[in-house]
Order: sequence, then C-alpha cells, then structure tokens
Amino acid sequence: MSETTFLDIKPRQPWKATPKDRAITFSVLLLALALAGAAVKLTGLSGKLGFALSFLVFSTVLQIFVSVRKFGRKALGDSIATSLIYTGATLTFLPVGSILFITIKNGVAGLRWNLFTTDMFNASFLDPIGNGGLLHALVGTVMLIVIAMIISVPMGIMTALYLTEIRGKGSTLIQFVVQAMSGVPSVVAGLFIFTSVILLTPLKASTTAGALALTVLMIPTVTRTAQEVLLLVPADLREAGLAMGATQWKTVATIVVPAARNGLITATILGVARIAGETAPLIFTIGGADKLNLNPFKDYQSAMPFYVWKGLTLGTPESIQRSWTAILILLILVLSLFIAARTLGGRRFK
Amino acid sequence: MSENQNQNPEGEEMTTQAAASSSLASISSENLGKRAPGTKPLGAGLEARGVHAWFGKHHALANVSLDFSAGTVTALIGPSGCGKSTFIRTLNRMHEFIPSAAMAGEVLLDGKDVYAAGTDVTKIRLQIGMVFQKPNPFPSMTIGENVLSGIKLAQLKVENKDDLLEECLVRAGLWKEVKDRLGAHAGGLSGGQQQRLCIARSLAVKPKVLLMDEPCSALDPGSTLRIEDTINELSSSMTIIIVTHNMQQAARVSDYTAFFLSEGGPGQMIEVAPTSEIFSRPRDKRTENYVSGRFG
Amino acid sequence: MSTTLEAGQIPAPRELTTKHRRSDTIFRGVVTGFGMTALLILTLIGLFLSFRGIQTLHTQGFGFLTRSNWDVVQGDSGATYNLGVGAMLFGTVLISIVALVIGVPLSVALALFLTFYAPARVKTFLVSVVDLMAAFPSVLFGLWGFFVLMPLATYWAKIIFKYLNWIPLFDAPQYFFERSPFIAGLVLAIMIIPIVTSVAREVFAQTPLDRIQAAYALGATKWGVIKTVVFPFGSSGLIGGAMLGLGRAFGETVAVYSVLNIVFKVNFHVLYGSGGNVASMIIQKWGESTADETTALLAAGFILFLLTLLVNLGANFIVRNTLKSGK
Repeated sequence: MSETTFLDIKPRQPWKATPKDRAITFSVLLLALALAGAAVKLTGLSGKLGFALSFLVFSTVLQIFVSVRKFGRKALGDSIATSLIYTGATLTFLPVGSILFITIKNGVAGLRWNLFTTDMFNASFLDPIGNGGLLHALVGTVMLIVIAMIISVPMGIMTALYLTEIRGKGSTLIQFVVQAMSGVPSVVAGLFIFTSVILLTPLKASTTAGALALTVLMIPTVTRTAQEVLLLVPADLREAGLAMGATQWKTVATIVVPAARNGLITATILGVARIAGETAPLIFTIGGADKLNLNPFKDYQSAMPFYVWKGLTLGTPESIQRSWTAILILLILVLSLFIAARTLGGRRFK
Repeated sequence: MSENQNQNPEGEEMTTQAAASSSLASISSENLGKRAPGTKPLGAGLEARGVHAWFGKHHALANVSLDFSAGTVTALIGPSGCGKSTFIRTLNRMHEFIPSAAMAGEVLLDGKDVYAAGTDVTKIRLQIGMVFQKPNPFPSMTIGENVLSGIKLAQLKVENKDDLLEECLVRAGLWKEVKDRLGAHAGGLSGGQQQRLCIARSLAVKPKVLLMDEPCSALDPGSTLRIEDTINELSSSMTIIIVTHNMQQAARVSDYTAFFLSEGGPGQMIEVAPTSEIFSRPRDKRTENYVSGRFG
Repeated sequence: MSTTLEAGQIPAPRELTTKHRRSDTIFRGVVTGFGMTALLILTLIGLFLSFRGIQTLHTQGFGFLTRSNWDVVQGDSGATYNLGVGAMLFGTVLISIVALVIGVPLSVALALFLTFYAPARVKTFLVSVVDLMAAFPSVLFGLWGFFVLMPLATYWAKIIFKYLNWIPLFDAPQYFFERSPFIAGLVLAIMIIPIVTSVAREVFAQTPLDRIQAAYALGATKWGVIKTVVFPFGSSGLIGGAMLGLGRAFGETVAVYSVLNIVFKVNFHVLYGSGGNVASMIIQKWGESTADETTALLAAGFILFLLTLLVNLGANFIVRNTLKSGK
C-alpha cells in the first residue's frame, strides 16, 4: 500500500474572485466614483446624498455592463438583481450610520459633568446646558427598569416554563397571546395603566405606574427569548433527572434552569433593552418631574427618554442640545446592554 | 439506442425484471463501447486529473484521476464517507457551495478545464447535469413546468416546447404515466415518479454528462429497477456517472466501476476497471474485500 | 374476572394517569398560574379600554370612527363635544402603507443579501447591526428624523412633486412639503426594517436546500434560484413579515409625532405636509384634554389596540404556518 502524503498539493478555490476580477471591480468602483463626482459638479444634484445616489446608479450600470460582456445576455437579469440587492442592503445601513454619527457628534458637544450631579429643579430646559442636569432622569430610568424587571422577569420566565415544561392544554393559546402581546403598541400600554391603575387605585402617576406600563411591553420579550433558551436545553437532561426519581419541580429547578442560566440572563437584558428607550407609555404614567425622586410609589418621576422628548418638543436650541446629549447617554446604555446580551448569549442567538 | 434495446423495440413495455437481467448480460468487457451501427455517442468525455477536495482543514478526497469516455456508464462504489459524493460534486462545481470548500487538480470537459479562470459556471452545470439522492422536484410548479424549468432558468431558446417536453419524459420513462396530467403539481407523484421527473428535468437542457448521486437510495425496489432501465436507455447518448451503495446496481447498469476508500485519511480511488472485472477478479485486495462483502 | 383472554376480546386500553407528588402539584399550579398572566393582561387591556370605547360610542355615536374633526365648543351649559378619528385612522393607514412600500423591498433585499450574498463574517456583523437598529429608542428616530432626514426628504419630495404632480397621489394643494405623510412613512420604513428583515431571513433560511441545489445543478444563476425556488417557498412568510411590520407601523408614536403635521382632515396627497396618526394624536391632545376628551382618547387607543391585534395575529399565523411547512 502506497501511503502518500499530499503536502506539495495546495488547496485552491478557483471559484473565488481572481486578482484580475478584483482589479476590474476596483476600477469599476473608481470610475463610478469619478462619474458621480462629475455628475454632482455638472448637474444640479445636491450634496452628499446626490453624490451617493449617483455613485450607486453608475456603479450598478457599470457592473451590469461588465458581467454581461463576460457571460453574455443571460447574465443580465442576474447582474441587475445582484446590483439591486447590494444597493438595497447598502441603503438600509445608511440611516444606521447617519444616526450613530449625528448622535455622537451632537451629543458629545453637550457633555458636562454637572449633567450627572444635578437635576432640573433649579434650572430650565431653556437654559444653557451648563445649568441643571439629568441626574433625576437617569435615576428615574434606573428605578423604572429595576421595578419593571422585578415584575416581568419572574412572570416572563414562568410563562416560558409553562410553554416548555408544562405544555398544558392552553399552550397554543398562550403562545398566540404572547405573540399578540409583543405587538401591543407602547402607547396602548400607557393608556391601559392610566385607565386602570391611575384612575382606579390610590397609586397615582409615579415610578411604579410607569414601570407597570413598561412591564406590559417587557413580559413578551422576556418570555419569547426565555422560551427559545429553554427549548435548547436537551430533552435527555430532563429525562435523566426524572429517571433518577426526581420530581419535575426538582428537575426544573436544579437541572433545566441552571443549564439555561446564561440564556435567561440574556432574555432579561434584551427585555431591559426593549423598554429602556420607551417614551410613549411614560407620557401617561410618570407625570414628568424635574426633581430627583427616590420614592417609587409617590410623586412624579422623570426618565431619560422622557427628558429627550421634553427637550425635543420645547424646540429651542438649548433644549434640543439637552435632547442630543441625553439620547447619547441613553444610547450608550442600550448599546452596553446589547453587547452584554451578545457576549453572554454567544452564538446561540440570532 | 443500445444493442439490447434494439432487439426489443417495445422497450417500455418490457418488464423491469427482464430489462434488468438483459442489461446485466450485455455488460461485459467485450461489448463495451460497441454500439448499433450509425449511432454515435452524443456525450462528451469528462476527465478528472489529480482531483483533491478539502472542507476547511479536512482533506476529504485525494488525488483522484479518472477518465470517463463519452457514452459510458461509470459507477462509483465504496463505503460511506469515502468521498464519492464529494468527488462527483467537484465535477459539476457543486462542491464550492460549502463555504470552506477548496480543491486541487483539474476537471476536463471536452479537454477544457471547468475550473479555468473566467469560466461561466452556469454553462458548466448545463453541460453536466445532476440527479440527487432525494427526488427534489419544484413543488410550486406543475409536472410540465418542472421538466422545462431548466430551459427557463438558463434562458435557452427552444423551438417546440411540447416536443421537448414529450421527448424528455419519454426518455426518462415517465411519459405514459403523466401525459394526461402535465398540468398537475409534481407533489402528487410517487417517489419513483418524482425521481424520473427529476431525470427528465435534467435531460431538458441537453447535458453531455449526467451525474447521479445515489439516485435510488430513497426509492423502493420496483422504482429502482425502472430508474435503472432509464439509465440503460440514456447511456447510448450521454456519459453517466453514478454513485451507488448497491453493488448489484453497479453491476446492472455500469460499464466501468471505480472503487473509493478512505483508510482514516482522505478518500482515494483504489481501483477502476470494467465492471465485470471489478466484481470477478479485482486487482486490489481491498476491492476484493469490499465487493465480497467483507467490510463496508 | 377471568384471567385468560377470550378469543377476539381486546382489552380496553388503560388510562395512563400520573399522580403528581405534592411539590409537583404546587409547581405545576404556580407555573400554570403565571403562564396565564399574559392572557390576563391582554384581556384586561381589552376590557378597560373597550369600556372607554363604549362610553365614547355612547356620546359620539359611530360617527366617532368616520368624522374628521375634534371640536370642543364652550357653551352656556358646559362644553359640547364633536369628536372623530376618521382622518387619524386614514392617516395611520396611509403612512403605514408608505412605510411598507419603501421598507419591505429594502428589507427583502437586505435579507437576501444576508442569506445568499454576504460572506460569513460580514454577515455576523451586519446581523448584529440590524438587531441593534431594532433596539434604538423611538425618540431617537424622532430626533434624527426631524433634524437629519426631514431636510433631505423635503428636497426629494419637491423633486417628485415637480415631475410627478400629474399623479393625484403626488400632487399637493399648497407648496408645503415638510412634516408630510411621506416623511413620516420614510421614518417608519426605517423603523420596520429590522423586524421585516429578521422574519424574511428566517423564512429564506428555511428554503429546502435540495431544491436550491436542484436549481443550481440546472445551470441557474443565483437570481434564478431566488426567483424559482426561494420566493415561491417564502412568499406567504414574506407577507406575514410585512404584516408584522404593518402592526409596528400602526402603533408607532413619538417618532411619527416628531415628523408629522397632525391635521384633522383627510389628506391623501402623501407629499403634502398634513397628515393623521391615531397614536400621535393621542399624545398631542393628552396634555390639555378635558375628562370627556380623555375618554375619547382612550377609546381611540382601544381602536388602535384592536387594529394592531388583528394585524399581528394574522401575521403570526401566516409566519408560523410557513416556517412549519419548511420542516
């Protein structure tokens, strides 16, 4: 038997673009860039967007021309579709880039230390940003999140356990209800808490009322993610537990939930990220305070998105500067939650 | 038409049993390449030269050189995981759909490397058709649309679509069963009929070579014999390469047989010979072990 | 009871009953109870808001759904109310359709790109970016929409008006293009991209591989495969995804409010700066509303709730069926 090692043979991938192909693509893009520049210069197309659009048009047309020359007429449909798909994908990322850029640019301009140490009790939104701060809003958002978490995390996880472990007669119905609940508009959640809790109970507009409205939005997010995670726990782990004579309760508590722990934390984080930036439900439920309020059950409260909203609706340059800076801080908060969820959840999540 | 079919003009009426035995008889090393006078093979030769295949770091197939001359049927046999399927997928460039895939060597179709820079891969796949393990007709299309789907996909011009439709279904041995319901959806056919529909679909674009990746492994024995009939019928006009786990099938349909084996490392082609020789007097001990059922 | 089985006698199947231990009975009870909370909350939302809805229907009649005015007239015997959300409902549907027309093709293109075109590493990164987009606060879309998108969109609206004003849809009674349904629809289009893209991706990823391979083996180009295999398989799932996007668009509040000029008049000229939106109208009127108006706003909220509920249930039903059929 002749044992050959094929060390001298190099794997290759002839279907990948060759240097020549790359050079052609590169020169097509370069040419499109030049043509787009000329188009902006010669015609009345305006600024950056006009440039971007004419660049997309020129590069599309040139790319189609190149592939039809290479592969003949039947490549026409394919290359048009390819160009449209690339263009569409690019267009969807333009707003994301623009939003991040403008938020950082405008937000950083207003960052002051006093923002984190004072509230607006002795200042007006119309004052320069050096006056007053958003401490009350930051504390308000943290309190809202904590209370909403205390209520919706157990509820969400229990509902998920019902759907994955009990699988009772009502499972299909509950599954539908959870999906329907995740589509409830945030403004409706706010109105619901207003008309039930605020109008009918002693609890008036306050942190807790706001948190209850956010709970309505948070439960479905936590439930759906938790359910996904619990379904990933292998069935043989459960059977192993039951086969040892453990009760279902013991099996779930000591085997299933610990196995899904990281995922359940991810579910919580995603739920928090869902509500941290909500504005509409708070308009009806927290009253909107300018002063730091540490009592969760009494008196008006503020929140970061509410602060942004107030600055935006007032519409003066000073108040809008406040909005940009506050939204930057809020965005950093949401982003860190998001990255935390990613890191914990690893590859198992989309 | 091959010799044995000529003796039986009502080829389709022939019982599958008879077809199987008569084709078995006709395959011997002596009458290989013999054809009825006046018919010449329409197929093209395909040649693999030193083909290797990788999936990422995993070296799946090493140094396979095989010559498939025009108008022959070659069976690829060997235990699971020996690289047969990988090999035929390198022939029509389906290998490259796995993101980490790589290859080495050359595949020559009519003397031209299908992996040469600037080759239009869709043209290659038009010339080298493929039938898969599981029948996979397009469920949203009717039977007729399925057969002609390749024409539509490749934007080929056809003068008379009805003639082509009939011709392909006849050659695939399905015409009689479906001629009255060409507008019905393909999902209503049995597994064996679906697989013959897939063969008809491959034939419509007039490939020179047809690759078959265990085409009968998902079918019942009756359907299997019908497909084998079809293969025998087609072999007069094209080059066929068939991967099979079933050694009797290899013996029934093929002119040549190549034995693949992986001994821990990458899969390799151990031996190729006229089919009757592989089964009666293999040169390699490992081939003998396999064909006699001692392993694999 | 005889111990032997007589010929032809088949024993009745025994019922398998599990007697749970006490801890399990409690566990199952508690979990089931919590499992029902979602149902309870949804029912309560419906009950509380429908109560207000009936109240409003009582005072305003069915005209509340069709009228396009919101008039409070102070008279000698207190205020009289003449309220209606017709224009707001029309406007909600109009800007949501604008959002779908722009957002769905972009989402489908993006989903196709992510599923079939993007290299693995680029894909992972871009999927994260799309998910991040879903987590942007809606007030941020409002800020950005007002200060960045609106100037650009107004410019484009003027160009469209200049060349296409012979189409009634693109005509305008006055030369005023800011805060129009078109601009609100654009902002919503961007906001629904993440959800529509993620459903589309899920549906595309379920396309049976063997059919894709069959098409490639017939010499199809990538676009040929998408057209003949991917779209026929995923079409109903895409419709479901678009409906989920529609549900989101119906309910969006602060972002729309920031970029839409709310006028109590039915206006179908998408480029003209006058529109309606139930959710935005509610927060606009909220601060200064009297008790009767508040009841009417709650009733409007109930209509919005019903509308989104219907759209969402339909969408989820379709998406689930599509995903099931792929397995």
